[in-house]
Amino acid sequence: MNEAVKTPLLRMAKRTSISPAAAWAIRLGSIVLALLLGSIAVAITGNNPIQAYGTMIKGSLGSKVYLRQTIKIAIPLLGCALAIAPCFKMRFWNIGAEGQITAGALAATFVARNLTGKVPSVLLLTLMCLAAIVGGGVWGLIPGFFKAKWNTNETLFTLMMNYIIIGVVAWLQIGPWEGRQGRMAQFDPAACLPKVGGVHCGWIIVLLLVVFIHVYMRYTKHGYEISVIGDSMNTARYAGMNVGKIMMRTMFLSGAICGIVGFVVCSGANNTLASDIANGVGFTSITVAWLSQLNAFAMIVISMLLAILTKGADTLQTQLMIPASISDIIIGLLLFCMLGCEFFINFKLIWRSKRGGKEAA
Amino acid sequence: MAILNAFILLVIAAITYGTPLLFGTLGEILTEKSGNLNLGVEGIMFMGGAFGLGGVFYYEKLSQNPNGFAAILIALLCAFLAGALASLIFSFITTTLRANQNVTGLALSIFGTGVGQFAGEFMRVRAGGYVTISNALKAFFTASPFPGALQNIPVVGQLLFGNSFFFYLAIVLAVGMHLFLNRTRPGLYLRAVGESPATADAAGINVARYKYLATITGGGISAVGGMVYITTIAMCVWNHEGLSGEGWLAVALVIFCLWRPLASIWGSILFGALMILYLRLQIPFVPTELYKILPYVVTVIVLIISSLRNNKEKQPPEALGLAYFREDR
Amino acid sequence: MTALEPVYAIELKNITKRFGSVVANDNISLGLKRGEILSLLGENGSGKTTLMNMLAGIYLPDEGQILADGAPISIRSPKDAFDHRIGMIHQHYKLVDVFTAAQNIVLGLKDEGKLDIKKTNARVREICQKYGFDIDPEKKVYDMSVSEKQTVEIVKVLYRGADILILDEPTAVLTPQETEKLFAILRNMRDDNKAIVIITHKLNEVMALSDEVAVLRKGQYIGTVRTSRTNPQALTDMMVGRAVTLNIDRPRYDDLQERLVVKDLTCYDHEHVKKLDHVTFTAMGGEILGVAGIAGSGQRQLLEAIAGLCPIHEGSVVYTSIEGEQHELVGMSPTQIHKVGVSLGFVPEDRLGMGLVGSMGMTGNMMIRSWKEGKGPFVDRKTPQALAKKIWEDLEVVTPSTEFPVRRMSGGNVQKVLVGREIASNPSVLMSAYPVRGLDINTSYTIYNLMTQQKMKGVAVIFVGEDLDVLLELCDRILVLCGGKLSGIVDARTTTKEEIGLLMTRVGGKEDAT
Repeated sequence: MNEAVKTPLLRMAKRTSISPAAAWAIRLGSIVLALLLGSIAVAITGNNPIQAYGTMIKGSLGSKVYLRQTIKIAIPLLGCALAIAPCFKMRFWNIGAEGQITAGALAATFVARNLTGKVPSVLLLTLMCLAAIVGGGVWGLIPGFFKAKWNTNETLFTLMMNYIIIGVVAWLQIGPWEGRQGRMAQFDPAACLPKVGGVHCGWIIVLLLVVFIHVYMRYTKHGYEISVIGDSMNTARYAGMNVGKIMMRTMFLSGAICGIVGFVVCSGANNTLASDIANGVGFTSITVAWLSQLNAFAMIVISMLLAILTKGADTLQTQLMIPASISDIIIGLLLFCMLGCEFFINFKLIWRSKRGGKEAA
Repeated sequence: MAILNAFILLVIAAITYGTPLLFGTLGEILTEKSGNLNLGVEGIMFMGGAFGLGGVFYYEKLSQNPNGFAAILIALLCAFLAGALASLIFSFITTTLRANQNVTGLALSIFGTGVGQFAGEFMRVRAGGYVTISNALKAFFTASPFPGALQNIPVVGQLLFGNSFFFYLAIVLAVGMHLFLNRTRPGLYLRAVGESPATADAAGINVARYKYLATITGGGISAVGGMVYITTIAMCVWNHEGLSGEGWLAVALVIFCLWRPLASIWGSILFGALMILYLRLQIPFVPTELYKILPYVVTVIVLIISSLRNNKEKQPPEALGLAYFREDR
Repeated sequence: MTALEPVYAIELKNITKRFGSVVANDNISLGLKRGEILSLLGENGSGKTTLMNMLAGIYLPDEGQILADGAPISIRSPKDAFDHRIGMIHQHYKLVDVFTAAQNIVLGLKDEGKLDIKKTNARVREICQKYGFDIDPEKKVYDMSVSEKQTVEIVKVLYRGADILILDEPTAVLTPQETEKLFAILRNMRDDNKAIVIITHKLNEVMALSDEVAVLRKGQYIGTVRTSRTNPQALTDMMVGRAVTLNIDRPRYDDLQERLVVKDLTCYDHEHVKKLDHVTFTAMGGEILGVAGIAGSGQRQLLEAIAGLCPIHEGSVVYTSIEGEQHELVGMSPTQIHKVGVSLGFVPEDRLGMGLVGSMGMTGNMMIRSWKEGKGPFVDRKTPQALAKKIWEDLEVVTPSTEFPVRRMSGGNVQKVLVGREIASNPSVLMSAYPVRGLDINTSYTIYNLMTQQKMKGVAVIFVGEDLDVLLELCDRILVLCGGKLSGIVDARTTTKEEIGLLMTRVGGKEDAT
């Protein structure tokens, strides 16, 4: 009788090591689990999940046109995930990418409105991009400054900054910058990014950013500083790092990259500015960054995966009348499963041995 | 007199807009007192709004003669359960599987807004384009629980007794939570868990159970806020644009109110006022769209000011946001 | 009821506990008797606390059995421990800062019904009177001194009727007077027929207080002896496996040079509490200056202030380089200070919290010192990697590779990495706090030798230690701090343990050497 209460049925212990293959198998398993759970939502609508996933794949990769649209969705996701990566590595919870995109796009649009026709297209685009870098960067720098100075909660600060800048654009859109019926006028072709391979050349820009972030995080002094701060602020101070300065610099960089994304979206994809320009990308890209374990190259794959989900969900809505927000549900589930699965990579579960322990005398 | 009347009307409107925030904030206070920083309130309130509305909608559809009290009860129950379920996911992933609370909360935000949106859209499509309930039933949600005589007291009648049932429920909840946290044994233990889980654990308190219970109950309460928004402010129509941002404001309000349930009452009303000020108090040359960002600007200012405070009694629960694992070494 | 009363109140049988691949307790059997005080003796890291944590319900044994009055029991949580009337006072007090003493005391009690803080306050006062404690039940913990906090912990277990008390290193933070008071209380409790365990590594306390001594060494149970039938020498033999004649080599360096002149150094912590109060001393190149004091007397702040990590309120620190240049260190950044040659090898309680990056390997941790070097935006990994390899080989660090995260290395190896790195930067002042904490004897000697080698190179070594025996044999001079004030500087070759002990507890002792 007493044997049964000696040890609990299930205990856990830290794994001393795990093979990379096993770790990836667990991660892959969790993705499959998320898709299975997502199929429950599909089943509720009375549709066949397998058919629904099939429709999603077809709708996102089934033709050249669809593929281009999917890539168009993936571009800002990838760009933003790259922007967020240094912040998250530093354990600075920047969830203001949404606002930083908008701020960047706003700055780029300002340049486009004032300089179109006055300078050549290449110069105009360059100036728009620079303005976006400054705009997004400053919008990221503000919460970074307060975090560095007074340790102000950055999660809520960056979030509120989203609503503020989006409100400003909403005002411009129906106020001073209004074109027709509450929308701004389309950009002049000179202010639009050219197309390469059927998609605006933003994809080249973000791929360059992948390389940049990879090198920045792995091989530069800045990247090293960020890693140390993320691990221990005290050690960083001990090493003579100016934590506040690094925090502000990293937030400026993060905002600046978001700004570039904003520029790419307004100049390349939408050819105009609207208050919904970020359209949730800032949040979804957090998922991309985390699911890729902040690895820049893995982000390419994950952002494509989420773009397929998003594009596929649109197709679901038009073809099977399943609300497109199914993509958010699946993305949320993916994140839940991936967050949870790290536990099984770090710990192992020990069932009580069947022998029942040693005999009492 | 006109100014006084305008002011009273403003306060009443502020109460209407503040009530959903009050639920959201109270729920998150309870959650954070256990040391869990659940950033998923936005998603939780979406789910509460969608399922609360759904509950009433299907109740009216199925029932022969729908009863107002039953409708309110069903809405409360559906919203609470939706929020509790969402928080159960959060608790499982952060407390049992020890994942990062920040990211899990964000995931819950994405998931919850997705589920709320999905449910709202799904009902709309099913119902042939429009989900709402009959005007008779709607009136129950906004009606005051007090007799007309009290409401008709000059000047203060409407202000004190003319608000919806939910406002008074929230007040009772706030007072109850205050007493629970400060006067009862489980309340003391819960605060200990949030301040120092290792201490609570060593004292024989089941840390995981307190964290789970507080987070699930808190999530349920927050979700009721979403339902109250949809049924009182959005006139029982699914309106995700109106609801968006409420949850995040609630999280900010928790800091603003220093984790105190009683302070959250006037805090929520103040924020409610900020949200509708642009309708009531037009200022020349200030465009509406800019006026609407006022609550967010104020929140930012509040965040900055609260980070400047340095007082032992005015700090967040010490272990807020940290995972606890007994055998860690 | 059998006629034969069980001998032990609590008996541990064949207990084994592992953490990963580390065996913290290996097949240990031990018994506690009522009306007796048992000392659990062992060096740091010998597994004493781990073993007792299994009685307190903090850890679960991997193997073995626990018996209470002869019957097997299972202690799966601290609550189970209370149910068996076991109370443990941990080394790091487990108290909620924003709660009052009484609120902390009633924490976790279920059988008392409604919370009635007035009744609790009265009962707390009653217990205090009975045993002679002195605390205010309504005082908030963040306003309390260390000794008051300990009192709260003890009252807490008494309040819930514990009759088996375990105290983990209870005297580490107490003054001798407070220690005496505590011992008197513990003797009263023994006479009350309670079973008491004190975990310690201090032999004098063992001899003064306990009835029986159980000795652990490196997770192994060595044996139990009656205190009356043993002596410190025999206990030391059991504890370390061989007689400790410390015999640390202490050569003299003839060409002493003034290296650091510290004047009126005054610092405050984040809570505006004065941590250093007009401390004045000189550190010489070519000697080891020991720093002694009760834990928390300002040792940490002293080193941090010199290294530029802690804001200095008042005073000056003048550094003279080997070439004779003088620098005022106050106002310099940590990097600037490190550049002029003051290296701080700081080993705090939480080794990875400061000085090391847990998620990085040895190479990444070498870069903490060198990351800024070189022009351009890129960081140089080659030089630190070579350095990591050198330390790996020279100090025999046990790790699979220089990229293996230091968080997963054992304590001793982590320390070697830290000390090795500091010495590699060729400092002219080397400061080190508790560098041997948690290390086995052999590794400790490696560290002592490294310190002495540095001294013989003309480096000014400042060594903060907790073991007076080591300070007496390793250092040339010993600086004693008490409550943030300098209470004396003595010649380590001529002073006695008693003299230092007095200085540690009383400000204003005489100053011998300067």
